[in-house]
Amino acid sequence: MTALPMSSDAIATRHSPVRSYLLEAKYECLRLLRTPSFAVPSLLFPPLFYLLFGVLLNKSSGDAARYLLATYGVFGVMGVGLFAFGVTVALEREQGFLIYKRALPMPPGAYLFAKMTMATLFAMMISLLLAALAATVGGVELRASQWLLLFLVNVIGVLPFAALGLYIGSLIGGQGAPAVVNILYLPMAFLSGLWLPLKLLPTWIAKLAPVWPSYHHAQIALKVIGMDGGKPLALHLGVLLGVTVLFFVLARRRFAA
Amino acid sequence: MRDPATPLVHLHDVHKRYGEVAALSGVDLHLGAGEVLALLGANGAGKSTAIAMLLGLSKPDAGRAELFGLAPETLSARQRIGVMLQSAGIPDNIRVDELLDLTRSYYPAPRTVADCVAFAGLEGLLDRRYGRLSGGQQRRVQFALAICGKPEVLFLDEPTTGLDIDVRQRMWATIRQLVAEGTGVLLTTHYLEEAETLAQRVVVLNRGRVAAAGTIQQIRAHVSQRRIRCLSSLDVAVVATWPGVQGVVRGHDGNPERIEILTDNTEPVLRRLLAEDNELGDIDIQRAGLADAFLELTRDDARKEAA
Repeated sequence: MTALPMSSDAIATRHSPVRSYLLEAKYECLRLLRTPSFAVPSLLFPPLFYLLFGVLLNKSSGDAARYLLATYGVFGVMGVGLFAFGVTVALEREQGFLIYKRALPMPPGAYLFAKMTMATLFAMMISLLLAALAATVGGVELRASQWLLLFLVNVIGVLPFAALGLYIGSLIGGQGAPAVVNILYLPMAFLSGLWLPLKLLPTWIAKLAPVWPSYHHAQIALKVIGMDGGKPLALHLGVLLGVTVLFFVLARRRFAA
Repeated sequence: MRDPATPLVHLHDVHKRYGEVAALSGVDLHLGAGEVLALLGANGAGKSTAIAMLLGLSKPDAGRAELFGLAPETLSARQRIGVMLQSAGIPDNIRVDELLDLTRSYYPAPRTVADCVAFAGLEGLLDRRYGRLSGGQQRRVQFALAICGKPEVLFLDEPTTGLDIDVRQRMWATIRQLVAEGTGVLLTTHYLEEAETLAQRVVVLNRGRVAAAGTIQQIRAHVSQRRIRCLSSLDVAVVATWPGVQGVVRGHDGNPERIEILTDNTEPVLRRLLAEDNELGDIDIQRAGLADAFLELTRDDARKEAA
């Protein structure tokens, strides 16, 4: 193999890819904030639903306000993961942008890093909005460690849905992806007990619930506030980790082909 | 130091199949510094596949694709190229200055933004969103992104498709300037005029094979035909029967007194024309252009395959 010329070697060591990673993430966030069809439902629907069902329509008990704080956090984060990865990746793949990016000397992983950063940022915003509503009008009182843990569970919990979204984006075109994501998103939210506790739903739904990754995410969030179904934490973490790895590997395989 | 004889871009006996279809069968091509190579061919001839190999988007089944003697996937090799693809699929909601900022960050020693603006003619477009630009403006932005890293090799895939003639000529002038500074350019185009204007060498692909390769003059010489145009009252049906005459039409340019003769044996046909028509006038003889050569080359090949 021919050696690189000295000059270019020297330049290559001076040039740091860090700036590319940061800019890639910055513009990914800006781009999605400028897309009202993504930003508005992602950021507003979970807090709005929480305000409606957790606060306004709930005069009876503080339990509902606490339960729904945990589950609407999961609902919001799941939406961000699925839409931000599923729909944008599908569109960018279909329109040839992914190929163009691959032809450019973009540092490896910068594309995924940018999307992960964006999804994390949106998850943080949703989490903070919900917490602000819960602590004020919702009248929810938690220990500082519980607020912090709930925040972390939300932010880290975006991973399995991002992986699932990535796989959907690798399979389906830009036109079909929003439909497929919605078909997964809304029923999965309902069947995992994110809108109503599983106790209030028919038993077959509760029995089926462990099939959905969102159920496991919700159980971890509910554990933080002591309202979970009592299954071990390791089970929920294991399932979410498995889902993340499985769909990430499947998506990688699709993109490599 | 790199051996100066090492081409910047090199395909060496590259084969690639997509299922039943042989996209490339033993293609060789190379590009040196300060050189413009035009890759020509009909749709499906293998141009895009050849480019994809060189950009590291696709791997050859057999043979080698190299940038600067390195595998095209190598980041340090790709940092020395600029790319303008037919469809970049750039998202609508990002601004031109943001695109430049991001793409420049990929390169170790990029051009200044002001230089990019001047080279690509982006005056007044920097704060506009990409999706709100006209097709021609978007093309100029893509060109700016291709040159912003001060690349040693430019890949231009149909760079001026859909551009106004003055914008196209401005882009050509910029490309010539870059080439004069030593940039190598691999150009694919539908406009043979573009290849004739910019390229020193041409590779014609047909059905995944190199149908012809050489300088523009060498390619043209593949076609021995000339076109004789003149004012004449001779009966075209009779002229068509003369030896050496391959075709005659009257009024090809809307003037019924004018005939156009296609011949591969110019001088005898010309002598006979002058002998048989005393009134003959306004003679114009043209050597076949690249377009004729190109048609001839690809037609020949199609005929051979049919036989």
